[in-house]
Amino acid sequence: MKKILLILATLGVAAGTMPAAVADPASDLKQFQAFFKKKFPTVPFDAYANGLYVLPGMDEYREQWDLINEFPPYELGLSLGQKMWEKPFKNGKTFASCFKNGGKNIAQGYPYWDEATQKVRTAEMDLNDCLKKNGEPEFTNLDKDQGARVRLAQLTAYFYSLSKGQRIKIDLSSPGAVKAYEEGKKFWWQRRGQLNFACSNCHMDLAGKNFGGNQPLSAALGHTTAWPAQRLEWGRLETIHQRYKTCNSQVRAKPFKHGDPIYNHLQLYETYMSSGLPLTAPAMRN
Amino acid sequence: MADIDTKIRTKTQGGVTDVLVLVSHPMETGQRPDPKDKDKKVPAHFIQKLNFSLNGKEIASTDLGPAVSKDPLIGIKLKGVKPGDKIKVTWSDNQGQSGSGEATAS
Repeated sequence: MKKILLILATLGVAAGTMPAAVADPASDLKQFQAFFKKKFPTVPFDAYANGLYVLPGMDEYREQWDLINEFPPYELGLSLGQKMWEKPFKNGKTFASCFKNGGKNIAQGYPYWDEATQKVRTAEMDLNDCLKKNGEPEFTNLDKDQGARVRLAQLTAYFYSLSKGQRIKIDLSSPGAVKAYEEGKKFWWQRRGQLNFACSNCHMDLAGKNFGGNQPLSAALGHTTAWPAQRLEWGRLETIHQRYKTCNSQVRAKPFKHGDPIYNHLQLYETYMSSGLPLTAPAMRN
Repeated sequence: MADIDTKIRTKTQGGVTDVLVLVSHPMETGQRPDPKDKDKKVPAHFIQKLNFSLNGKEIASTDLGPAVSKDPLIGIKLKGVKPGDKIKVTWSDNQGQSGSGEATAS
């Protein structure tokens, strides 16, 4: 009896230590990207930045997407965002004063871990903080007020468009960042909602398939490169958190609030998994 | 009104020039209930006329109405456009607002 317990105990210890040994972001990233390389061997790596349209079997969607891109409707929202970005505050400063390099070519590092506040910070948060610092009204009540949210999305879209083509590079060197990353990872793999789907079920296992006939499923690789994006269904630019919210309600789970830390962590995880892909935001999406 | 954006773009391919116009316009039909007050309707606000001109000469005129979608995209095809020709579009709506956009064919 003692022997069996001893064996069980050693087994338990062995099993307990094993996951800790493999869980580090760099090897996760390798596995994640290798998964898609094996699943879609014909798709070149950089193409993933263009979402579901590059996947095999999505030719019809690709054709429509190419046609829309001749004169993409998000340009209207983007030029409103540009106006907001360039308009000086009451104290004469502009948004560019709040960012390194005037906001150019820095979006590839977003979202990032902020040591001072011990939080993950997104571009939306930084833009709102910039307004606060300069004594301007912030974008608030983003869950209920569609107008404010869309304006923030337009502004963020312009911010991202200043870094178009830059390759995603997320810094996860501090232990706090890794902890946030782990939380995002947990969210990604956890099943939720009445339909009992995890993010990974649709965007990894079923990626490239057409769900229920008219819901093409994108590959997780390159998910964040295009956001803020304009969906055909919505007809306006929206933030990535709004997309997360709708994704959650599509599996009949209760969505979190816009700007909830768990969405920041999920965004950190997803963006890190797309490391090396060029930014294409804003873009059209189904 | 100055804050309504009119974007125009041209593309010439095989002797045919595609002219595309994108107008940022609400295109309210006048039938939609006001989200704040259910008894009222959002007043109608839509583009009625949209005209194209080439080097100052009118070449196409369209009558639009409430059936056209929000932020409409309208296009025409032209033959025999030379590089440097100016294509202009002007529109006016039922509330007396108007706008225009201009592009040079390449």
